[in-house]
Amino acid sequence: MEFLQPTTWTEALAMKAAHPDAIPIAGGTDVMVEINFDRHRPPAFLDLTRIAELSEWGLDNGVLRVGAGVTYTQLIDELGDRLPGLAKASRTVGSPQIRNRGTVGGNLGSASPAGDAHPPLLASRAIVELASSAGTRRLPMHEFFVGPKRSAMRKDELIRAFLVAPAQGPQQFSKVGTRNAMVIAVCSFALAIEPDRRRVGTGIGSAAPTPVTAPEAERFLEGVLGEHDLWQTRAPVAESALLRFGELVAAAARPIDDVRGTAAYRRHALAVMARRSFVWAWNEYRAAA
Amino acid sequence: MKPTPVSGQIGDSPRRADGPQKVRGDFEYSSDLKAAGMLWGATVRSPHPYARIVAIDAAEALALPGVHAVLTHLDVPGTKVYGLEIQDQPVLAIDVVRYWGEAVALVAADHPEHARRAAQAVRVTYEVLKPLTDPELALTDDAPRLHPGGNVTRQVKIRHGDQSAQAEVVVSGEYEVGMQDQAPLGPESGLAIPDGRGGIDLHLATQWLHVDRDQLAGILALPPEKVRLTLAGVGGAFGAREDLSMQAHACLLALRTGRPVKMSYSRPESFVGHVHRHPGKLRYEHGATRDGKLVYVKARVLLDGGAYASSSTAVIANACCFALGPYECPSATVDGWVVYTNNPPCGAMRGFGSVQNCYAHEAQMDKLAAAIGMDPVELRQRNAMKTGSRLITGQVVEGPAPVAELLDRIKAFPLPVEGSGSGRGGGKVDLTQMPGGVSNTTHGEGVRRGVGYAVGFKNVGYSEGFDDYSTARIRLSVANGRPRAEVHTAAAEVGQGLITIQAQIAATELGVTDVVVLDADTQVGSAGSSSASRQTYITGGAVKAACEAVRERVLALAQSEIGRSAGARLERDAVVSADGGLIVTLATLLGDAVVEETREFRPRRTHRLDAATGQANAHLQYAFAAHRAVVDVDTELGLVKVVELATAQDVGKAINPQAVEGQLEGGAAQGLGLAVMEEIQVKDGVIRNASFTDYLLPTILDMPPLLMDILELGDPHSPYGLKGVGEPPTISSGPAIVAAIRAATGRPITRVPVRPQDIVGA
Repeated sequence: MEFLQPTTWTEALAMKAAHPDAIPIAGGTDVMVEINFDRHRPPAFLDLTRIAELSEWGLDNGVLRVGAGVTYTQLIDELGDRLPGLAKASRTVGSPQIRNRGTVGGNLGSASPAGDAHPPLLASRAIVELASSAGTRRLPMHEFFVGPKRSAMRKDELIRAFLVAPAQGPQQFSKVGTRNAMVIAVCSFALAIEPDRRRVGTGIGSAAPTPVTAPEAERFLEGVLGEHDLWQTRAPVAESALLRFGELVAAAARPIDDVRGTAAYRRHALAVMARRSFVWAWNEYRAAA
Repeated sequence: MKPTPVSGQIGDSPRRADGPQKVRGDFEYSSDLKAAGMLWGATVRSPHPYARIVAIDAAEALALPGVHAVLTHLDVPGTKVYGLEIQDQPVLAIDVVRYWGEAVALVAADHPEHARRAAQAVRVTYEVLKPLTDPELALTDDAPRLHPGGNVTRQVKIRHGDQSAQAEVVVSGEYEVGMQDQAPLGPESGLAIPDGRGGIDLHLATQWLHVDRDQLAGILALPPEKVRLTLAGVGGAFGAREDLSMQAHACLLALRTGRPVKMSYSRPESFVGHVHRHPGKLRYEHGATRDGKLVYVKARVLLDGGAYASSSTAVIANACCFALGPYECPSATVDGWVVYTNNPPCGAMRGFGSVQNCYAHEAQMDKLAAAIGMDPVELRQRNAMKTGSRLITGQVVEGPAPVAELLDRIKAFPLPVEGSGSGRGGGKVDLTQMPGGVSNTTHGEGVRRGVGYAVGFKNVGYSEGFDDYSTARIRLSVANGRPRAEVHTAAAEVGQGLITIQAQIAATELGVTDVVVLDADTQVGSAGSSSASRQTYITGGAVKAACEAVRERVLALAQSEIGRSAGARLERDAVVSADGGLIVTLATLLGDAVVEETREFRPRRTHRLDAATGQANAHLQYAFAAHRAVVDVDTELGLVKVVELATAQDVGKAINPQAVEGQLEGGAAQGLGLAVMEEIQVKDGVIRNASFTDYLLPTILDMPPLLMDILELGDPHSPYGLKGVGEPPTISSGPAIVAAIRAATGRPITRVPVRPQDIVGA
């Protein structure tokens, strides 16, 4: 097995072009587990930890550009105020040791339907920046995931960063696991509400072959909030509307029965989490008035 | 391991000899062993739960770089099958595999990765058979016979009192317990070193060196003295190390290659490398008077033993003997079976049969209390076993049996304040105190509190006539001008603190401050296993007896050298008079002399259960514990937060109070695990979650603070009055939690571990 250690981004892209089967590795919190289980025997690793700019983030024209090597701990500590949904999700990732090493870039690269960062990135309509020696392209998050542990990345590409606007309003993230910490999602739900744009964003994890959004639920809730001018009055939302929102979120999922839970339970739990998340977000919005 | 001195008398909590090393990460576990020129062993395992082996082709594997040997059952020189009770398990599969992951062939190579690849290159041709995975089906004639004697490994019948008793109030129920893993953090591992003269030295993690040694001698066709075992650092056991795993395999490879061979399982391999807790189905009927006195209990207990017997015959005996829980009842009809299937083999795990039945008898007591309209604790106390009570096996309970008092004590702890973590009061939500924890699933919505009680008991030590004994050698000499006592036993320190306990006993009996516990090995007589909550009792008893023999000789020596002094004793490194005055220091008295004594300690004998009636004085000692659980349940999501556990346990005498507290905490956590999350999920004979990613163990956010009330009532028959403490904490903690979940949700909850969908009904 070869261990490639580029020190610059250009060098990394050249190496990836020369070794398209090399597996990029940053924190190693997913990759090494796969290796330990003997699920993969990659011919080469591409170690990205020496490329300093990957662990940097910055604001450009009102949009955050977050390097693929930024860890969950960094996200919580440095970006918690601007990306509260993603920070909430990051707090549920593994243990402190895992959060110190694991990166959102790695989470995207694994493209697991259970990846904790995915639902909040979907809810806030983030964009993935992919690069190869041939150039750079940007993909909306929902186009990035194409199947279980499969993404739209080409073999010569690496994840450079993700781009997302700082939170325009309250954001929430909930995850069901059968342990109170350090647990893989049975299912998860993220919500972002954007009062200025009159918009609601959702993300569902671990309840479909890929992370997905619930567009019908989003449109429904936007309709309810707009129809009664609730964005303006900040009045409570009717219980019936909350129930319907939950149902629509559950309906957007395509869960299966597996070792972590049943499809029926996942649908049920998504409906509950969707309702609760919206109430928390809406209460936060009301309290901010 | 380097022997480290421990100081402290019984009743003290001295610092553990291995504590600092373990905390620093310096401790050498069996998986850390190495030797010059060492090869690595790997195991070829069956991908099918039931199949005939048509052919094994090792040619491709042998041709790979670094490969030194590939072995099959044909290469086993001695006994080709082994087992703790019934010799039914092949060292390497012979013509048939009976469970998923069964060892078929072995590989030795110069690098672990080479060994792993070579193992994958061994071509085994199977004729796949339909596995028998339903234990109920195994009882019928329709099932394939997995072993020559049929599929019933043991049937136990207990008939106590009037078999046609009738009662005013009758409640019945069926309960199911999932398969729990011991999940020791240290994997099965060890290092086998051939001595060049046909013998072998094996350094390993185990619970019983001598039973391994005796089985290995048979398998390797060597006299026992040519098979020398030394205990390496053990990373937990809980029953998982009672059977052979890599022991014979490493020795076979080492003897074949003439090189040291190390084997160390990965976590997924560990899940098929040791036995698990028997899953069980239990059907109960309780009859009682309207004022809450038990009239009769009928119980049917079915345990799935999996492919091989392991300790199954003893586990089913316990499950039946203690089927009613620690209660008096004039009549009982108990029928138990443990059967062979093609599921993973099951055997010993902390609690050993009493865990499964406690879920059933305690659920039944709550159901009975509800049917009568009585407080569940009061109902338990009204029927509580006490000193002099007769068990359903006819045995009279001797020594303290404070069941009613234990319940009083857990009830006396004040209940935790409700809703302290909730954000409803306007304060910030503390997610760590919520069901769902840091995953942010509730800020108080849907959360209901429940309180549950449970009490359980089990035997300490071996049962049914099994020769229970331990051996200790004590050597007293003078080193660097100070007396030093060396304690040598074969007792396995598995993390429970046994080294410290042995040192404390020697320090107490010999009055010396410098005590060294030597490595446990087979150069001294058997200590029996570190299981059945027995080591402090039995090996502690042996150390005490050997120390007494040494002391007698020292006092005799003092008398002959210095003269008679009535009431002289050993204290502060000296012989002192009855009033504590110095007679002579041990350093002076002994000089260059060495006083060494070896003693075996045997408690009272037990007897085998009568096959037709289950009557016998089958057990040595009984240990009791009770738990109260307070839980918050998110009733909409089905998630549970155990808010608090309280326990009371009679330990007879706490030799090391801190170690006792550790057992109570760890045992309760293991019980909590089975109640709400720990289960090996088996489908069609295949384990679906053989990793810590999906086999979940409780974290610090799952295990709440444990309130402890430790009683020291003193057993008149045991050394220092002590009782075994390791297992009772695991028995009633889970049932108390499930009772609390029932109280919070109103749902019957008849299966553990409790899953979210069982609570929400989705």
